[in-house]
Amino acid sequence: MSLMAELNGRALRLGVPLSVHFDLTYRCNERCEHCYLDHDDHGEMTTAEIHEILRQLADAGTFFLTLSGGEALVRRDCFEIIDYARSLDFNVKLKTNAILIGEKEAGRLLALGVEQVQVSVYSHRPEVHDGITKVRGSLERTLAAIRLLRSQGMKVTMANVLMRSNRGDSEGVRALALEVGAVYKLDPTITPMMDGDSSVLRHRVDASELSSFFHNPNLVGDVETFCAPPPPVDESIREGLPCSAGHTSCYISPYGDVYPCVQFPLACGNVRKQQFLDIWRNSPQLLEVRAIRGKDLTTCSSCSHLGSCTRCPGLAYMEGSMRGPSTVDCEKSFVRTGIITAGMLARKAAGPLVPSLVQISPATLLSA
Amino acid sequence: MSEKYVSRSRAVAARELDGEMIIMSAADSTLFSLSEVATIIWRAADGHTPLSEIVERSVCAEFDVPFDTAYRDAEAFVEELSCHGILRVSDHAVAGAEPAPREAP
Repeated sequence: MSLMAELNGRALRLGVPLSVHFDLTYRCNERCEHCYLDHDDHGEMTTAEIHEILRQLADAGTFFLTLSGGEALVRRDCFEIIDYARSLDFNVKLKTNAILIGEKEAGRLLALGVEQVQVSVYSHRPEVHDGITKVRGSLERTLAAIRLLRSQGMKVTMANVLMRSNRGDSEGVRALALEVGAVYKLDPTITPMMDGDSSVLRHRVDASELSSFFHNPNLVGDVETFCAPPPPVDESIREGLPCSAGHTSCYISPYGDVYPCVQFPLACGNVRKQQFLDIWRNSPQLLEVRAIRGKDLTTCSSCSHLGSCTRCPGLAYMEGSMRGPSTVDCEKSFVRTGIITAGMLARKAAGPLVPSLVQISPATLLSA
Repeated sequence: MSEKYVSRSRAVAARELDGEMIIMSAADSTLFSLSEVATIIWRAADGHTPLSEIVERSVCAEFDVPFDTAYRDAEAFVEELSCHGILRVSDHAVAGAEPAPREAP
């Protein structure tokens, strides 16, 4: 067992929130067509409030801290926050579009000991990337920043979100990543907006088109392993956890709302009103998430893909039930293996239906 | 024996979990789990206390182990961590070393 797996196992046993994704703001200097956020400031936490939360997270045992947004760097105090997080010995990863990173900022991130920077790159062609971000010149600025970061030795991941508008450009982005020494990461997930608006899902690539991506060794590595049939479902799989959300990881919004994951908008409490550990240990919502095992899933518990499906409980929740199937993950499992899923059979039997998306409200509004 | 001084690198993440210190270097993303003795040395690595003094005061006194044995093990440990950029080893005291990581609650 790797040390990372052992660490995750220990965190699970001890109930430690090992990894936290913290969005510092939802404001952004880009307007990506697929983004699930609105970009207004509805009352972000102050620097002092964020420092206090970081102290609480350090005391709770959080080790991996992802700072993101919106665009985190539009906050004037972003470097102050990173500096403070590093003084608390967090392993810090920054997700950014990088267009505000010049030589000075790149050097500062390295000096602060940020472990890696993840940058969204949609295409190697400016007309496509800038068309998605709605900011002319954004690809040029993003790539210039990535080159600066790399020249100073910073680890960079290029996250390539797969959409209809850039579906032909994955190889181009991968070639760019190779050229600058960045890690390439393909992400086919498009998430409904936080307010429940599902119109952004029109940007998703059709399942029929995913096949060429999932069978491309340049994008997924060993295709035979990636597309292998699911393992037989045994007791350990039936007793297994759906994912780390709410078990060893969680998400905190710029307004202090705590969720199991950035992609799982089930409000569990607000750190402006409660101590983080109180929410983490006692939130009824988190306790409910933690109680779910593979055998408890409706439909999926009888699916042959149970042991290898990337089923996202957050996406399932947005479709109506955190115990139900996630349509996009059913599609992915089918495209990878060619084996139909229980969720697909159930949907076929039920006839066509429009997914009933859950209306999301921040915890602050729910409890007001 | 020439003195050695050890200091914690700035580019390191650390957290104590269940009494065990977990460390990751930003330089190469290698994850380390330190033993109890290694954790004592890590915490005491302030850049101005000689390694021999750390071993004698904190390791030998705590674990009832001969100085020569403990010092040899400590040297090997700090050399290994310095290879990963986690500790810096110097033959003179270093000013402005990092403060000791927070203790677990």
